Amino acid sequence: MHFSVSDFLLDLVQNSIEAGARTVTVRVVEDRGLIEASVGDDGKGMDEAVKAKAMDPFWTDGEKHARRRVGLGIPFLVHALRQAGGDWELESAPGSGTLWRFSFPADGVDTPPLGDMAGLALSAMAFDGDYELVMERRAPARGTEWTVRRSELRDAVGELTDAGSLTLARAFLESQEEPLDGIE
Amino acid sequence: MAKMTLDQLRKLREEKKGDMVRREVEGKEIQIIVGMGTCGIAAGAKEAFDAIVQTVDENGIASSVVIRQTGCMGLCHVEPTVEVVMPGMPATIYGRVDAEVARQIVRRHVVEKNLVENHIYDRPAVDIVKK
Repeated sequence: MHFSVSDFLLDLVQNSIEAGARTVTVRVVEDRGLIEASVGDDGKGMDEAVKAKAMDPFWTDGEKHARRRVGLGIPFLVHALRQAGGDWELESAPGSGTLWRFSFPADGVDTPPLGDMAGLALSAMAFDGDYELVMERRAPARGTEWTVRRSELRDAVGELTDAGSLTLARAFLESQEEPLDGIE
Repeated sequence: MAKMTLDQLRKLREEKKGDMVRREVEGKEIQIIVGMGTCGIAAGAKEAFDAIVQTVDENGIASSVVIRQTGCMGLCHVEPTVEVVMPGMPATIYGRVDAEVARQIVRRHVVEKNLVENHIYDRPAVDIVKK
């Protein structure tokens, strides 16, 4: 089971990449007593039957591992949301991509910790392939607000397969997440 | 701490690039691949990934190492998993790789060319083996 909200989001991003997405948008907002998050992509999308099956932990599309009969990423997320009293919406259609939107109560005892937002952005941008990923982050109470695009980061540091580039990219992303001076 | 700008990041990259060229070793391609599927994420693959990046950088071998993320490698029962492919060593899949084991993989396998014992796995889970 995933530990943090950032783990759930990375899992959805990995689904998007495997669904052939060219552009993925990840949004994480802490405001009005909620942790609101979304992952949107322009991948192959799912029809109504596949959307329903994706909620079943004992189903996977079989494209990667033909004999595998479990697919736990989405069931983990839905389980955690149900347990914590969260809300979610899944919009998807073949050929028009997938959009996940979900929210956890920020102060819920069963709400997972937010996790490492800079690490999420870095891992989400470090999969193979020539896709665009936009990470939008906002936490007004802590003065955090930033948007970073994978293309801009790769343009600045080079391929995100090099330890030097990854170290610099992480330092950059961590500096975006730092609270503004004077705000605790 | 102030937010770093993309221009500042570019400048840092240029400074570091010169340093990396001076420390370049052998020039052969070494690949370290971290399984970042549902099973890997749940087991702590992000910590393993971070430790690999840090240790590769600290050992001055970044210019010859490619670090990649992939999905499930089929060893869900021993996640996190890390595959190392490099000249002069057998392609090796390590399992149960926490941050400390990840550091050992870089130091012992990649730098010293010795296998890291008790973490080597070579077969995916039985439910995905093709007959």
